[in-house]
Amino acid sequence: MTTVLESLNLALHTAMQRHTGVYLLGEDLLDPYGGAFKVARGLSTAFPERVLTSPISEAALVGMGSGMALRGLRPVVEIMFGDFLTLTADQLINHAAKFRWMYNDQVRVPLVVRTPMGGRRGYGPTHSQSLEKHLLGTAGLRVLAPCDLGDPGELLLNAILEDDDPVLFIENKLLYLCHIPETAELADFEIQETYPAPAITPALDAKSYAPAYTLNIRGAPPAQLSIAAYGYMGHLARQAMQHLAYENEIFVELVIPTQLAPFAIEPILSSAQLTGRLLVIEEGTGALGWGAEIVAQIASAMGAHLLASQRLAALDTPIPASGPLEAKTLPDTAAIIQAVKRMV
Amino acid sequence: MTHTLPDSLALYQALSRIRFFEETVLENFPRGVFFGTTHTYLGQEANAVGVLSHCLPQDIVFSNHRCHGHFLAYGGSPYALFAELMGKSSGVCGGRGGSQHLQWRNFYSNGIQGGIAPIATGMALAEKLQGHPAVVFVFLGDGTLGEGVLYETLNLASLWNAPVFFILENNRIAQTTPVELAVAGSMAARFNAFGIPTYELDSSDVEEIQTITGNLAGEVRRTQSSRALILHTYRFGPHSKGDDTRLAETISAMRTRRDPLLIHAARLEPLQAAQISSAASAEIAAGFQKALADPLPDLPQEQGLPS
Repeated sequence: MTTVLESLNLALHTAMQRHTGVYLLGEDLLDPYGGAFKVARGLSTAFPERVLTSPISEAALVGMGSGMALRGLRPVVEIMFGDFLTLTADQLINHAAKFRWMYNDQVRVPLVVRTPMGGRRGYGPTHSQSLEKHLLGTAGLRVLAPCDLGDPGELLLNAILEDDDPVLFIENKLLYLCHIPETAELADFEIQETYPAPAITPALDAKSYAPAYTLNIRGAPPAQLSIAAYGYMGHLARQAMQHLAYENEIFVELVIPTQLAPFAIEPILSSAQLTGRLLVIEEGTGALGWGAEIVAQIASAMGAHLLASQRLAALDTPIPASGPLEAKTLPDTAAIIQAVKRMV
Repeated sequence: MTHTLPDSLALYQALSRIRFFEETVLENFPRGVFFGTTHTYLGQEANAVGVLSHCLPQDIVFSNHRCHGHFLAYGGSPYALFAELMGKSSGVCGGRGGSQHLQWRNFYSNGIQGGIAPIATGMALAEKLQGHPAVVFVFLGDGTLGEGVLYETLNLASLWNAPVFFILENNRIAQTTPVELAVAGSMAARFNAFGIPTYELDSSDVEEIQTITGNLAGEVRRTQSSRALILHTYRFGPHSKGDDTRLAETISAMRTRRDPLLIHAARLEPLQAAQISSAASAEIAAGFQKALADPLPDLPQEQGLPS
């Protein structure tokens, strides 16, 4: 059994093995520590010349990564906590994401910035957030979020070796611990894997290598509602989906995209057109976020054919450290089940 | 590799091209032929020309918002730069970047203060790791000293021995804020604190600047580590188009004492200087006219968006 963390770690090993231009930069990367969440474990032993452990300088690290990418290397920068992405925002938005386009397609920036997001570990307001919504919609920046289906490591490998544009790779902390289910374990589900291309990809190559998964309960009657969720929320939504099917005979179709920006609405739209009802789930705060964008796009496309739409997200407050308070702040399986029941 | 330094005449030609280019920009902005804004390099010409006379073909230059002089001294085309300022397809970056965002060969610029420092350092490291003997010249200003990312970068450049050459042009004013209101303590100490050998020069003489830069660029190349040079200088023009808050007498006094063209012209035969000057003026005028005649781009078509 492989966990998401092991899959990502293996991908980093593979990327560094396959391409001598892959460098890993970040804080506390050296073995035996191997990074705060151990995604970098073993790399500094296997590739001591190409793992650059750094001072606490997130902005400069991402900037250096961009510079290295502009000059022939394929750097990966690890930001220890996703919360610290705020320190890199200028480098991501005004530098990495801009270069290709503002230099008239004369350059490429094959940079990957990886970072763990998410709560449920009691780390409190500044180490538990899912801040990716602040970086969605930046032209020239691809944002990926693996889930525990398919091969999360392959997604990372493609981002590092095949993508010539900057990628922000969002890894949920609890998703790290999820094991990637074998085919037999997914026997309850019919899973369709697609590679939807976003309608508009300014300053990026249009071809998509990031899968979207559409899940149905095998042999179930037509789904009554569509759910869209990504990352660890996809995992929780899958649990909720099983519960609803077996305990409540409510059948939903679940769509889990792994590319958040630029966004391809197609698989969610296809699903919502079948069910007429859409629940969008995210672990970040709900206000002005990813879910709002999805609902807006679906409403534009479907008009009156969209019978119901709801968003389920974290409360629009900071995330408390205290366990019971944090649990009430972030959406969980029970909240998903409850939201679905209210909608059908 | 042998690198032939430009002679006295070539230095004067390079200074003159920048001077005429920037004067043409300021003269023509009110006509509405350029988009956005601009930051001219009047008065600082000797820095770009002196420093970049040591730039070898494999070297890299990263410049800032005030980049026209660096671009022209690097060898960039005045015509393509005019076209870029005019938003034309034939511009350095097809009109996408404008005055502050240039890329041509190994020349790059970005208009964000401080952010270019780690990029330049990453470039230097990349070249070194790939065994390419390149020096990265990165141009900063006194205003850049306010940005925190610069200090993260100096620390990393020193720790990781990046062959990056930090050139700080202290023109003593950041937009309208004089250096006395913005920079505490010592400029050089900021670089020295990170173990980066740092030199200062207060001159508008292109040959003096060329000499000190030659030594330092050579050290960067030889030692594969960072150096810094602080060039105390003056900008004769406004920050951008017409936002100068300094006294006219102050500016005219510095023009009398510190004009790099006058300083260097004194070394030439007056007739030679005049010939170079008029050839440069004609080249700039021709570039301007040619750019003016070029077509404007169409964004939807360029980006594959619906018209």
